[in-house]
Amino acid sequence: MNNFIQHIILFFSIVYCCSIYSQTINVCKDCPISSLKEAIAIAKDFDTILVKKGTYKEYNIIVDKPLIIIGKNYPVIDGELKGEIITVISDNVTVDGLFIINVGTSYTEDYAAIRIRKSKNFVVQNLVLEKLFFGIYLEKSRNGKVFHNKIIGEAIEEYNSGNGIQLWYCKNIEIEHNFVQHVRDGIYLEFSDDCLIKNNVSAENLRYGLHFMFSNNDIYQDNTFEKNGAGVAVMFSKKIKMLNNTFKENWGTASYGMLLKEINDAEILGNTFEENTIGINIEGSNRIVYKNNNFINNGWAIKVRGACYNNSFVENNFLYNSFDISYNSKVNDNVFDRNYWTNYTGYDLDKDGIGDVPYRPVKLFSYIVNRTPETIILLRSLFIDLIDFSEKVSPVFTPDNLLDNNPLIKRITW
Amino acid sequence: MLKILKYSFFDLMRSRWSYVYFAFYLLLGIVLLFLNNDLSKAVITLMNVIIVLVPLIGTIFGVMYYYNSKEFTELLLAQPLKRSSIFLGQYLGVAISLSMSLILGLGIPFIAYGLFKSNAIWDFSLLLITGIFLTLIFTALAFNIALSNENKIRGFAYAILLWLFLAIIYDGIFLMSLILFEDYPLDKLSLIGTMLNPIDLSRTLILLKLDISALLGYTGAVFKKFFGTNLGLIISFIMLSLWVILPVLRITFKSKKKDF
Repeated sequence: MNNFIQHIILFFSIVYCCSIYSQTINVCKDCPISSLKEAIAIAKDFDTILVKKGTYKEYNIIVDKPLIIIGKNYPVIDGELKGEIITVISDNVTVDGLFIINVGTSYTEDYAAIRIRKSKNFVVQNLVLEKLFFGIYLEKSRNGKVFHNKIIGEAIEEYNSGNGIQLWYCKNIEIEHNFVQHVRDGIYLEFSDDCLIKNNVSAENLRYGLHFMFSNNDIYQDNTFEKNGAGVAVMFSKKIKMLNNTFKENWGTASYGMLLKEINDAEILGNTFEENTIGINIEGSNRIVYKNNNFINNGWAIKVRGACYNNSFVENNFLYNSFDISYNSKVNDNVFDRNYWTNYTGYDLDKDGIGDVPYRPVKLFSYIVNRTPETIILLRSLFIDLIDFSEKVSPVFTPDNLLDNNPLIKRITW
Repeated sequence: MLKILKYSFFDLMRSRWSYVYFAFYLLLGIVLLFLNNDLSKAVITLMNVIIVLVPLIGTIFGVMYYYNSKEFTELLLAQPLKRSSIFLGQYLGVAISLSMSLILGLGIPFIAYGLFKSNAIWDFSLLLITGIFLTLIFTALAFNIALSNENKIRGFAYAILLWLFLAIIYDGIFLMSLILFEDYPLDKLSLIGTMLNPIDLSRTLILLKLDISALLGYTGAVFKKFFGTNLGLIISFIMLSLWVILPVLRITFKSKKKDF
């Protein structure tokens, strides 16, 4: 009888381990397997590696088979500044709950805390990364998920620091609920299409909170970008959707809430731009719809640099900005309609909620400041109000067809 | 001096103009708060009003008071009193009563509206401090003008001209010179230009609060240092104090030498 049970157990364990079910490998300081590298070496496909609490001094860990690596109570993987820590080169890998610190810095190679290379269906979640060079580096990968990670860097100089989450030639990636701080670029996308970037917080980074290059059909929504060196830059991309994001307190001479360069056919809806030096800086961007955005207390709400055609600014709130719109040319091909402007001084006699006099969002003074930046010191002077008023009556320097013909009387809520 | 100050002060407190001035600010404060429903927005609007109106009223009032109380001044001069204390007493009497009207006129509606519970209190105190400085400066300038001109009409004309110059024309010239010399580095020049005009100086103080995000848009180390740190605030206050001290010194100096 006893023998029989043993046989059954043996039989089932063989079935479990080698066919459908996987086995769990425990890693801890006192276990037979005391390092992640060893565990990966003996693991079979689809096994689970459970890393217990402790400090593991390891780097160059290569995950070359489909595994689930789970950290219990945030075990520390310390790279001792020697190089890259985890490199995933297999499909179907999950990495969860590790505390990875001390990534090596190099001027020739981009060492990352965790790199996913040419892999599909991966999940990177609940990681905490500190003292890093690059954080999560996704390379030519697709259908993955980067979820709920916390990345805190100590970047001081741009040239010797890396990015928090970097995507390079990726497709279909979801980046959600991550928190990135003090790195060079918080989230960086290059040649990455069909990605969703949602509910992330990217703050106090050296350069950009979010940096987009040559990436099409991406959506970013409900993110917060705060106090970044240069705000958010979106460049050379098509068909991007930006929904309900918050861009806050990006201050500096070359700092923008959002910098758009060569962006076509995008939708910018429901975002809030608050207390930035420049809310949105637009250059060579066409056919963009700006709707239901709030521009609050910015230096310049929108700065249009040139070669911007067929954009429409509809139903936005422009609240207490020093300058609402700034243009550097006299040509205008963009539409402004049904916005609410706090600087509007017209009246509404027929009480239909729409001002009876068109609003001119470009002031003469913004034209002067474009030409001679030092004149900014005369902002809000009585003399400047006078010349702005005379320009409003008969435009000479500012585009005379740049009007909001239906300025709203009350702030829009949606 | 204190006795003369007290006398001037109570004299002015009884006069109709102080009440008009007080009532004006009270009304302005109430109306702004009534229309805006937002303390910080009302503070912003008030700042714009204050940097233009306070200097105007300070100059006109100062000149007016000096000419009106001239007979009394001559009577005082016959007494064994120091000349400087007579004039400084009168000056302070005017300046303090004007500041009182300003503080009470604006303070009452704002406090009634719940200033102490809001975070606009620092902006509001900055506003009042700027207002008081401007009153002190422009009353002193008005006394200077009045002391130097026996002719009433001419005194008034100079006073109004002074206000017009500092409030509007100066900025025009300033702007033209900045545009004219745009090829040169201008950040120091523009800061110095601001320092030389008390109205611009107060405006800068306000800008530091309201438009800091726009001001930081300009590339210039000097600008950045000035606006980005507390340096701007400190230097502005030092300059404002200088703007009070220098005219007051001239009042004492001039009054000692003047024949009556």
